[in-house]
Amino acid sequence: MGLLGFKNFPGKGSFPHGIHPPDHKTLSAGSAIEVIPPPAKVVLPLLQNIGAPCEPVVKPKQEVAFGELIGIGKAFVSASLHAPISGKIQKIGVTTLPNGRHLPAIFIKADENQMSGQALWDEVLGGDWPKDCPGAHNPETISKAINDAGVVGLGGAAFPTHVKIMPDDKKIINTLMINGCECEPYLTPDYRLMVEAPGAIVTGALLAGRTVAAKEIVVCVEDNKPEAIEKLREAARDTVIKIAVLKTKYPQGSEKQLIKAVLNLEVPLGGLPGDVGVAMSNVGTIAAVARGVIKGKPLTHRVISVTGAGVVNPKNILTPIGISLGEVIEFCGGLTRDAARMIAGGPMMGFAFSDLNTPVTKGTSGVTVLTHEDVRKDEETSCVRCGRCVDACPMKLVPTRLAMAARYEKVSLAETYNIMACFECGCCTYVCPANIKLVQLIRIGKAQIAASRKK
Amino acid sequence: MINPMTKKPNKNKVEQGTNEEAPAIHVAPSPHISDSVFTTRKMMVDVLIALLPLVFMSIYIFEFYAVKQLVICLASCLGAEALFVKIRHKSFTLTDFSAVVTAIILALSLPGTAPWYVGVIASVVAISIGKIIFGGLGMNIFNPAMVGRAFVMISFASVMGAAAYTDAGAVVDAITQATPMDAFKQTGVTGSISHLFWGLTNGSLGETSAIAALIGGLYLCIRRTASWEIPAGIFTAVFLIAGAADVSGAFSGHLVLHHLFGGALLFGAFFIATDPVTSPLTSKGKFIFGIGTGLFIMLFRLFSGYPEGVMFAVLLMNAVTPLINRWTIPRPLGEV
Repeated sequence: MGLLGFKNFPGKGSFPHGIHPPDHKTLSAGSAIEVIPPPAKVVLPLLQNIGAPCEPVVKPKQEVAFGELIGIGKAFVSASLHAPISGKIQKIGVTTLPNGRHLPAIFIKADENQMSGQALWDEVLGGDWPKDCPGAHNPETISKAINDAGVVGLGGAAFPTHVKIMPDDKKIINTLMINGCECEPYLTPDYRLMVEAPGAIVTGALLAGRTVAAKEIVVCVEDNKPEAIEKLREAARDTVIKIAVLKTKYPQGSEKQLIKAVLNLEVPLGGLPGDVGVAMSNVGTIAAVARGVIKGKPLTHRVISVTGAGVVNPKNILTPIGISLGEVIEFCGGLTRDAARMIAGGPMMGFAFSDLNTPVTKGTSGVTVLTHEDVRKDEETSCVRCGRCVDACPMKLVPTRLAMAARYEKVSLAETYNIMACFECGCCTYVCPANIKLVQLIRIGKAQIAASRKK
Repeated sequence: MINPMTKKPNKNKVEQGTNEEAPAIHVAPSPHISDSVFTTRKMMVDVLIALLPLVFMSIYIFEFYAVKQLVICLASCLGAEALFVKIRHKSFTLTDFSAVVTAIILALSLPGTAPWYVGVIASVVAISIGKIIFGGLGMNIFNPAMVGRAFVMISFASVMGAAAYTDAGAVVDAITQATPMDAFKQTGVTGSISHLFWGLTNGSLGETSAIAALIGGLYLCIRRTASWEIPAGIFTAVFLIAGAADVSGAFSGHLVLHHLFGGALLFGAFFIATDPVTSPLTSKGKFIFGIGTGLFIMLFRLFSGYPEGVMFAVLLMNAVTPLINRWTIPRPLGEV
């Protein structure tokens, strides 16, 4: 299948190295997206993108309507924030995210008139998505609409989308890639979105393609999602959009790996996809773009998976941003007795959290709850230099060297071995037969380098 | 089922936690899952499985002589490991099976005729100077078994030299003949290739049977416990140099097969040179390591006073491994 789908692209349909962890996607892949009932309150951190935080434009006790602007992203790399429910601002307090950051956040208490169920689905993802629309919108208005809607990358990195999807005469974009790989084990929100709302993805892709003046638009999906591929093909019929079917491998959804796999181009170290003429957006992001441009509605809801053997009823749900992770777990039947670790995101790159009040942010793609059996880890033994980590590293680094350099604080050795090229996918730790926490040590090494550069 | 909003997980009700006191929910940095199938201990067990055909052939051919060396080396290596680990106040390491692997490889590299103290001294040196002195498993620069063997070979030249392999009065047939490598060194005539292939010749206990080494070695490579690049490099170098010698001496192919199947070449290529600790990390580095080992083997075999050169070749390349690692730092994806 990969080979057949790959005759139209210069890449091989896969990238060098990487791993094949069991994906456990069947836990939640079959359940259609459910709309979670409106929560009694939401907590919205002012920083939900990779850039600068937004500035609140509301005051405590103020009434806000569903979709109303509550925080404005003034910096170029920043994103605005909107009320996902109607209600009253309680306070501007502080919350802690799973990545450990304490952030100021807007607390909103819900009032009685909430949109819910099918009406909310229709509002966010339902309805007709025109395929002939791009002509009606010019690139500047599309980019502005994306900015106004506060769209950020929903795949996890939360990069403000208007920065990527904007007209730029100096930067030529040959290919717009829509990332539907979802290589992270367990998670299925992108899969369900591709199956249930392919129209929004197609429309968003066409709009974004027009904005960056892309010569081609490619939606990239791994071959373990045949139903999504079929639905997308159907929705993209009679459009310029091409579907690339890739061989399933982790971390294919990483943009550098995906560009290598599809286009056989290498993004320079420290560079961005734009340097090789590529713009990339996740399928969820691009659906939010469609909503922002066609309906003029901001990013207030997203699809997440709540999955893993530690959850009673794994599900995919459409949830407001700002709902607590505890509530979404409760909606899925709660934790099982042997639940051991709750993760915001997937098991490879997600952040473990312990506070159930932690809110869902724009970048939260799901909650994975693992059991004691899943996270069982044997004691660390000596590195026997078997080279498995070298064979697994998708950036072609030498993880064991980097990790040992970090452990013994040898900053220059770590730099010789290109430690900053590591994007922390975790393949090395996954494969290590000696159970050495390689990527964890490498993170420490990167911090050591950052500290030494400050001196 | 626990309702996370109303009831916090109870510390005392952990059913599958490793101990009663462990909290039900804990946090750790990602990744949260690992490949539990493949561990260092399983790598060592893989090597032991792969060594079985060689152990079997050595006992079949050398009978009591092979059993004696295996028992001596196993007992000495395990004893030495336990003793030195205790002296260093380190945790018990016998369960990682690395000492067992060292013991069997060492035993199989000794002649059946060697007296008991040779095996004992070689074992103690292999574990102490070969491994523990550097900091234990994973830290050593040289292959421990080869360090032990080199020590006794130089210390006890009279019982380890090529001539000492032969004992005209031995009850086991193989030992009454000269080793094929020594015979070639002395007379310049290659022996029966089929005898080399099946292993019905004299030599170090585990090296004689080419077929046994091939079966075990292929198993290791298929399981990716050994890196195929190292034997591939060795075979390439040996094939080219022996091929040149073959053509210049008009051996019509016999000499190439003699060098590939004879002596410790296959045993060394699959089981000794592939020791991950003492060989390079990257594919490219491993291939260079293999080529270098093959070159040295042929250099010793053709031009030195010794009939065989696998041990010294591996030790020399072990010394070069850090350099090879430095030369072969891989180019990261995207580096120009």
